Order: sequence, then C-alpha cells, then structure tokens
Amino acid sequence: MGFELEGVGLIHDNGFRALGRISLRADRGERVAVIGPSGAGKTSLIRLLGTALRPSEGRLEILDANPWRLSAGALRRLRTRVGTIHQSPPIPPRQRVVTAIHAGRLGRWPAWKGLLSLLYPVDIAGAQATLARFDLADRLFERCDRLSGGQLQRVGIARVLYQQPDLILADEPVSALDPALADAALGELVEESVRRGASLFASLHAVDLALKWFPRIVGLRDGEVAFDLPADRVTEAMLHELYAAEGDTLPVQARDAATCAARARSSCN
Amino acid sequence: MSNRDPAARARLGWTLVALALLWPLLVLAEFRPWALFEPANLRVMGGFLAGFLPPASSPEFLGLLLRATLETIAIATAGIALALWLAAPLAILCARALAVSRIGPGPGRLGGEVVRAGGRAVLAFLRAIPEIVWALMFVRVLGLGPAAGVLALAITYGGMLGKVYTEILESTDTRPARAILEAGGGRFAALAYGLLPNAAQELTSYTVYRWECAVRASVIMGFVGAGGLGQLMDQSMRMLNGGEASTILLVFLALVLFADALSATLRRALA
Amino acid sequence: MSGTREPCEPRGAIDFCLSCVLTSALLVAAVVASFAYLDIDFPALFSHEAATSIGRFAASFFPPDLAPGFLRKTAWGALQTFAVAVVGTLLAGVAGLLCALPASGRHGAGAARLARFVLNLLRSVPELVWATLMVLAAGLGPFAGVLALALHTTGVLGRLFAEAIENAPPQPEQSLVDAGCGAVVAFVYGTLPSVWPQSVAYGLYRLEMNIRMAAVLGFVGAGGLGQMLYYHLSIFQQAQAATVLIAMFVLVLVVDALSDRLRAWMER
Repeated sequence: MGFELEGVGLIHDNGFRALGRISLRADRGERVAVIGPSGAGKTSLIRLLGTALRPSEGRLEILDANPWRLSAGALRRLRTRVGTIHQSPPIPPRQRVVTAIHAGRLGRWPAWKGLLSLLYPVDIAGAQATLARFDLADRLFERCDRLSGGQLQRVGIARVLYQQPDLILADEPVSALDPALADAALGELVEESVRRGASLFASLHAVDLALKWFPRIVGLRDGEVAFDLPADRVTEAMLHELYAAEGDTLPVQARDAATCAARARSSCN
Repeated sequence: MSNRDPAARARLGWTLVALALLWPLLVLAEFRPWALFEPANLRVMGGFLAGFLPPASSPEFLGLLLRATLETIAIATAGIALALWLAAPLAILCARALAVSRIGPGPGRLGGEVVRAGGRAVLAFLRAIPEIVWALMFVRVLGLGPAAGVLALAITYGGMLGKVYTEILESTDTRPARAILEAGGGRFAALAYGLLPNAAQELTSYTVYRWECAVRASVIMGFVGAGGLGQLMDQSMRMLNGGEASTILLVFLALVLFADALSATLRRALA
Repeated sequence: MSGTREPCEPRGAIDFCLSCVLTSALLVAAVVASFAYLDIDFPALFSHEAATSIGRFAASFFPPDLAPGFLRKTAWGALQTFAVAVVGTLLAGVAGLLCALPASGRHGAGAARLARFVLNLLRSVPELVWATLMVLAAGLGPFAGVLALALHTTGVLGRLFAEAIENAPPQPEQSLVDAGCGAVVAFVYGTLPSVWPQSVAYGLYRLEMNIRMAAVLGFVGAGGLGQMLYYHLSIFQQAQAATVLIAMFVLVLVVDALSDRLRAWMER
C-alpha cells in the first residue's frame, strides 16, 4: 500500500480548516494526480502525506505505517522512504548542484558520509546519472543560484529521484517549466515510478498534463474530494465544475494540446 | 564530461595553505590550552575566583568605588565635550557642502581643496591611534590621573566625531545650504540655516551614542593609569583581590547598562 | 558648552521645544559638573612649561629607531599581534557558532535564554578586562591575549550568528528533516550554506577590530606590539615606541586591505 487516509482532516492553528474529512487510498506503484483550483488544499494534502504536518483528525497510514505512532527513529526511517518535490525547490542558493542532489540521500547515509561528502562529493557518478535524465548533467558543479528557475526546479526533482523513495509526492513539480520540458520531466517521474514500483502522488495545476500522464485523477475543491476517477472517466463538465471559481477556461499547460487531450480522454471517446 | 569535482583541487590547495599558515600563527600566539590547567595557574585563578564571593562591600571601599565611577562618567563627559571643540570646527572646515569656492567653481578652489584634504588628514591622524595608546603616552607626560584620559578621549573621539559629522553634513539635503551660499551667505549662515535644520538630530544622536562608547573607553583607559573605575580594577587585580574585582565588575556592568539606557533616553528627548 | 546646545537652536527659532531646551541645559550642567569634579588644572596643562614638556616629549619620538635589529624585533611583535588576533577570532568564530545554535532558539526557549545571557555577559566585559583575568588564568604571554579576544568576540559573533540563523529561510532544512535526515546533517546542508557567507564577513570585520585590540592587549602583559610599546614607553625610549606605533599603523592598514580582498572574493 502506498498510503491510506480515512476521515483525515486538517485544521490550522488559526482555526482555518484546510482539509475536510478526506478518505483516499493509493496502492503501491499507483500513480495519482490531484487537481483543483488554488486554495483547494492540494499542498496541505501533500504535506500531510509527507509527514510534514500532523492530521487534526482521522487515520493516516503511509507505506503501511502510522507515522505519528512510530518512535522517533522509526519515523525517521519512514521519512527516508517518502520523497517530496516542492514547488519551489528548498535548496540554499549558494549550494552546488552536486551537493543539492546528494542531500536527497542524506537520510540513508550515516552522518559521517554526509559530512564527508561536503569535502569531496562521494557519489559523483550517481548524481550525474540522475541529472542526465533532465538534460542537466553539465550543470553538476554549478552553483544553484546560477541556474534558471526552470533548471532549479528540475534539480529539485532530480534530488528526490536520487533519494529513491517508495512514495514520491510532488507539489506542482513542473510549474516553472515550459510545456516541452514539463512533459519530459513528468515523463521521467512516471518512468521512475514504473521502474521502481514507487507510488506517485502529484498535484498539478495543468489539467492536460494530469490527464496525459496519470491513470487516476483526484479532484480537490475546498478541502474535499470532488471526484476520484480513472482519467478516462473524467469529463470536461466535471473539470469545469471543479474550476468554476476560476472562470470558464481550464488551466492547461499548452492550449491546443490541452483541449485535444481533454477531448481525447472525455467527450471524444 | 569529467567525473571529478573541478573545485576539489583548489579547495584542497587552499585548505593546505590555510593549515600551513595557521600552524606558525598558533606557535606565535603560544597557543597552549593546557596552560590553563597547569597547577600554578589553577591555584592563582582558583584563589582569585574564590575571592569573588562575597563581593567586597566595606563602606570605605564602596565610597572609593562611587568616587571612581563618578570619575569615569566625568572623564567620558569632559572628553566628549573637548572632542566637540576639536570636531565641530574641523567638520565645518571639511564639509564640501559649505565650500563657496566649489560653486562655479569659483576663485580659491584649489586652496579650498588643499585645506579640506588637510583637515581630513588631521582627522584621520587623530583617529589612527587608539585612545588607550594616547592615554598611555599622556600618563607618561602628565602623570597618573584623569587628565590623561580626558585628553586621550578628546583626541581620538575628536577625530571620529569630526569624520562622522562631515559625512552627516554631506549626506543630508545640501541644496538649502547651496542656495544660501549662492545668495552670498557666509559659511556659518549656510551651516545654521541650510544644513543644521536637517542634520541636527542625526548629529546629536551620534554624539550621544559616542558618549556611551566613551564611558566604556574611559573604564578601559583606567588600566594604563588614566583614573576612574579601570584604574581601581587594575589595582584590585594586581593585588589578586577577588572580592573587590567582582564588585567592580558588577558596577562596571551596571554602568554600561545605565549608559545604554541614558543614551537611548537622551536621543529620544532630543529627537 | 555651546557645541552641545548648537544643534537645537534653529529648531527653537521655528517651534519652541521645551524638552530640547531643558535637556540641553542639563547637558551643559553635566559637562560643567564633569570638569569641576575632575578638577583638572587646565591652566597648568596649557601653560608654557607644560607645552614645552609636551613638545619635548613629542619631539623625542623622532626619529623612530630604524636599526635593523630593532626593526626585526618589531616585525616579530607585529607578527605575534597578528597571530593573536587571527587565532582569537578563529576560536571566537567556532565558539560563537556553537553558542549561536541554542541562542537562535532551535533547542527550546530555556536554552535560548541561557545562551543569550552567556553571550551578553561575554560581550559586556571589554577585551582588556578579559585580558587581565586571562593573564591570571593562563600566565603572561600572547595566549592570554588570544583567550581574551576569543571570549569577548564570541559574545559579539555569537549574537550576530544567531540572528543570521534566525533569519535564514527554514524550508531547506525542514525539507531535509522531512526526508529523514539527522539534525546535524540537515543543519549543515540546509541552513549553513545560507548563513556561511554572512558569518564569514562578520568574522572578517571582527578580525579588523581585533587587530587594533590585539595591539593594545599587550599593555596588560598579553604579548605582541602592545607589550613592546608599554615597555619602551615605561623606560622612556620614545624612539623605539615610535617605531612600534608605526608598525601598529601599518599592520592595521595591511589587515584592512587583506580582509577587504577576502570579502570581495567571498561575495563572488
């Protein structure tokens, strides 16, 4: 099992309810995209799954364990198996790319290895191979503040792939990439999930990307699950209703491709 | 694509250079932490620290302490007052915003530049030597006592105040002063009507802040015999009188806090 | 004292400021009282004899003693002063960073209060006072100066480092903790890179100040140029003292230039 939520809710300290009672389950190796207007609770949901936030209510299991009942050591070991791709990569600007990539596997390395790697990178080949999947191999020894926003976002993805987690969480992982690169980056994520049997749970702003790469789509609105369907059963009407608050047009990556994809998957088939 | 870290060689090189430099520095500085634990040193320090409690509180010592504290404050105040006599004229001389010859440029421009450069050099010279060195030299000429401290403060702080005053006068809006100069007004008219209304608050605020520093400095100068708390502390330390030293340290910390608070209040009142 | 009152006058002409006038009056009174309390014999100070004796004293500094043997000794003293300042600042950098971690509040409020108290205490006691204490603890010599500088500078740098850590973005370190990293490694990879350049710049500024300070710590027996100056002045060898003073001046200039270079190189 990838994860299981049962009646999980999240209320922030200021009393704001970010998530209603959500029940959701994903099997090991399953790929799920979550879409929805901004403020729907996508980031909160991903932070809950990444054990960065503790649910206010309900039952939560990640990789067959309830993280908040584990001992500190066991929780740490569980966390090394969950990788979160953040929308803006949490990488210190002056860090070198190779160090930022290595940081992905720090949880598995003993402390001495992590510290040693600051003196001389211990796994240059591994970091380079991961970067190569995103056409960034030549940037290995560059400093992160010399990268463009799109390059940095791909470094952030590469770092989580380098972590080799069993559950990959992604919060708008390709928001800073142009359509072609976004497509390629998502392709890499999906391939990684398929190859290693890791579950992939990604929030995406662009509906067309979600429909293209993910077999299962969860629509989230106002902290509640609006629908949870196989991609080919998501209709344009459902999407319009989901994004009703944001106007008539659906948020997509590339206009032409999007309508096509949406048609291909819903009304046209 | 090479599989080696291109920065590693430089990093290793610089680390080796740093270590190679650090080693002689450690030797030069006689870095011997174990000296702290040598029995002789432990005995001296232990006895001294043991004397810290209870702090000395005999009436005659407290009387002495009160006089020394007042002396310290008086040295700082008098030193700043004398420093002002030095700093204000030099700052007025050096401020470019008050130079009528720069307008145009008018006659006497070269002479003006030379005078200003000279003034700046004087200010730099006054600042260059730390006040405690001045104090040490004045003690040699004038003998032990507060006079050396006052003069030392006057000289270094005169230099510092003069430099900062000049900077403040030049960083405020200089157009009013220029207008006055262009209308035929004199240097002092331009200062009083053109620059001071804008700069007065910053000038006073900085002066008061400097007074706060002068209080600390006057304590420190006492160690070379320039009177006040420092001289008293030096004597107590020399006699290894821990009780007196701890009382003086406490008074010193209280004095610094008091000077901080007073300077903050004054700056608010003059704002 | 007209100088202190001066700044308020133009203001008074526009809008009468009672508290300004009162405060100024108090300041003038304080200055008058100070001079009265100190009871310095200014007429004697500026009398003809005093002026000639000061003049003679000043003239006796020239020419400075430039004999090769003494120059070598002075250079040695300057190197020792430099070493005291560098080693003291380095020690303070390490100790400051260690104190800054609890002081930045990452190990709970109690630890933060305790660490801040210690840092404040270290900072409030001037270097020279620390030096007199350290001469007792470690014996006469430059090592006492190193300890004195290190103690005071730890207080200063610790506070600055703590502020830098508090202001660093928390996300990088948090994300590493969320990925199961240990606390030390997460700090080193997540927060240290953001804090490092600023901290080194602070350290270099402090080094510039500590060079000046190390040069005078010798007055209480902590070696280097200060001890030489104190010695030669006390046996009325002003020519030698002049050489030492020049060496101090040059040392300060050199270190300022070096530290500027290093800072610029760091900011690349």
